Amino acid sequence: MSDNEYLLEVSHLKQYFPIRQGFKTIPLKAVDDVSFYIKPGETLGLVGESGCGKTTVGRSILRLYTPTSGSVKFNGEEVTADNIHRLRKEMQMVFQDPYSSLDPRMTVEDIIGEPLDVHKLYTTKEERRQKVLELMETVGLNAEHAMRYAHEFSGGQRQRIGIARALAVDPKFIVCDEPVSALDVSIQAQVVNMFEDLQKERGLAYLFIAHDLLVVQHISDRIAVMYLGHLMEMADADELMNNPIHPYTASLLSAVPIPDPKTARASQRIVLEGDVPSPLNMPSGCPFRTRCRYATEKCAQEMPPLTDRGDGHVVACWNK
Amino acid sequence: MDTKYVLELKDLRTSFTTDKGEVRAVNGVTFTLEPGKTLGIVGESGSGKSVTAYSIMQILSANGKIDGGEILYKGDDLTKWNKKQMAEFRGKCCSIIFQDPMTSLNPVFTIGYQLEEAILLHTNRNKKEAKARAVEMLTLVGVNEPEKRVEQYPHELSGGMRQRVMIAMALACEPDILIADEPTTALDVTIQAQILELIKDLQKQLGMAVIIVTHDLGVIATMCDEIIVMYGGRVCERGTADDIFYSPAHEYTKGLLRSIPTTENNGERLVPIGGTPINLLNMPKGCAFCPRCDEAMKVCLDQVPEEIKVGDTHYASCWMNIKKMYEGGKA
Repeated sequence: MSDNEYLLEVSHLKQYFPIRQGFKTIPLKAVDDVSFYIKPGETLGLVGESGCGKTTVGRSILRLYTPTSGSVKFNGEEVTADNIHRLRKEMQMVFQDPYSSLDPRMTVEDIIGEPLDVHKLYTTKEERRQKVLELMETVGLNAEHAMRYAHEFSGGQRQRIGIARALAVDPKFIVCDEPVSALDVSIQAQVVNMFEDLQKERGLAYLFIAHDLLVVQHISDRIAVMYLGHLMEMADADELMNNPIHPYTASLLSAVPIPDPKTARASQRIVLEGDVPSPLNMPSGCPFRTRCRYATEKCAQEMPPLTDRGDGHVVACWNK
Repeated sequence: MDTKYVLELKDLRTSFTTDKGEVRAVNGVTFTLEPGKTLGIVGESGSGKSVTAYSIMQILSANGKIDGGEILYKGDDLTKWNKKQMAEFRGKCCSIIFQDPMTSLNPVFTIGYQLEEAILLHTNRNKKEAKARAVEMLTLVGVNEPEKRVEQYPHELSGGMRQRVMIAMALACEPDILIADEPTTALDVTIQAQILELIKDLQKQLGMAVIIVTHDLGVIATMCDEIIVMYGGRVCERGTADDIFYSPAHEYTKGLLRSIPTTENNGERLVPIGGTPINLLNMPKGCAFCPRCDEAMKVCLDQVPEEIKVGDTHYASCWMNIKKMYEGGKA
């Protein structure tokens, strides 16, 4: 494999789902022309509202869906249907819901051991067991609980099982799809810290998908903002939070309730009018123009391209 | 009876009978609420925050019952009211909006029908007037084309719109108290901001008291005058928003505030609360939080701390404060 600057390179990724409406079949454009890269050991945060396609991006990278067009390169190698089985040893995923993503009929040992079976990473049963127990300790689970079933654990512990399963094949890159949003506030910090520790120890890269902007800012090196399948803005985490350029990013940030009464009283919210349009009935041009204060004629005609505003801060907007 | 409080809870206790034994979901909750004020109840799942709200409305599931304490509405004890009086109370004096706007509307009736139902039940309006009122309410909560919407069914509206309809329904009879049980948890950030602004505006216009039940400290900080922090069915701490956020006096509140990412602690490591959430079936003998508390002392294991006053408007139930009091006394 080549020495590549980028661990993961996604270019012009499109993911359409066919939706039948009566006799017609129309495409639902869940992800429309999204490009980004992730460097080794880096965390890219991906934020946006529900239905913006952020989860679909994560799933398309791992080819849980077959992308409509565009390419995903891992370590310089094009990800295809043929090599995905091998590449899933390098790329793994942690799912949002720790209740439905674990098989209720398998013991924890088998859940964590399954990726080892699939990729044939052990020679003896004893070795498999040893590996599973090590993984359980890595994620802070009591190794004595290996024979228990998923339902015997709390939400935070189940998410740890899901993380141990992803780590089993010793991947370089993990797609984390809202890994903390189903957890209680007091447990969230435990899991966020664990992600950070694992990254330091193993040099992991993450695509961290979430809608909680404060958590994303905390964990990410860079943040990408999506709206209705399009990438609107991407920059270093602090740059994006302190100096948002796209009107959508600005309103998204101002809508986050700050856990500090004095700041909350002082801050002025940019409250967006209306709802997100249906992805089946997308506005022409820029998808955000129906809710944008700065929208002009040009926005209705053409989707603005991502342009660099300095230091890798890219924005797709005609007016800002 | 004359009282300046629209709602007053005194040592409320609610329990559920389950196969595995009795679960005390609310264990001695006390608070007061003045007209026009916003009270926030914050806590994690299983802390008893929603059950407190349901107890006020008396809409507990069949295996739950209030078995102690008083709920005073303008000085009258609700726990002594009969079913008919309670039916009057709900909707007319106190309304509730639920977390999930997808499931709390009836899918087989139109929005208009569901709005009119409450109006016809609680006011003297006739059908025509009720319909006019329904349209008026939808306009008030910012639903576009209200005349068209009253003919539509819930599935035709988006999540944010449905939550607006729920609010319109709750406010149609001008209640004194609005209880919002996780009103924005199921909604996106930008829609959440819209709904929170709406609740604030309506509160100003109509002068009602609002109780917000949530786990989101951000929502609490933006909305509330007063805050109650609950853990394991008990009140840890109560006081004004500034008391709780700037001088927390209970170890749980302190831990909670340390564990959330903010704009200030960005780049630093988060300080999580250790351990796992409490199991109500297996409550510790002493303070509910002591198994997860870094500062736990011997006394915490054996005895439940009493609530003491730590500021003018600020009460907390933590042995640390009592310890500090003694130490301060000696010095």
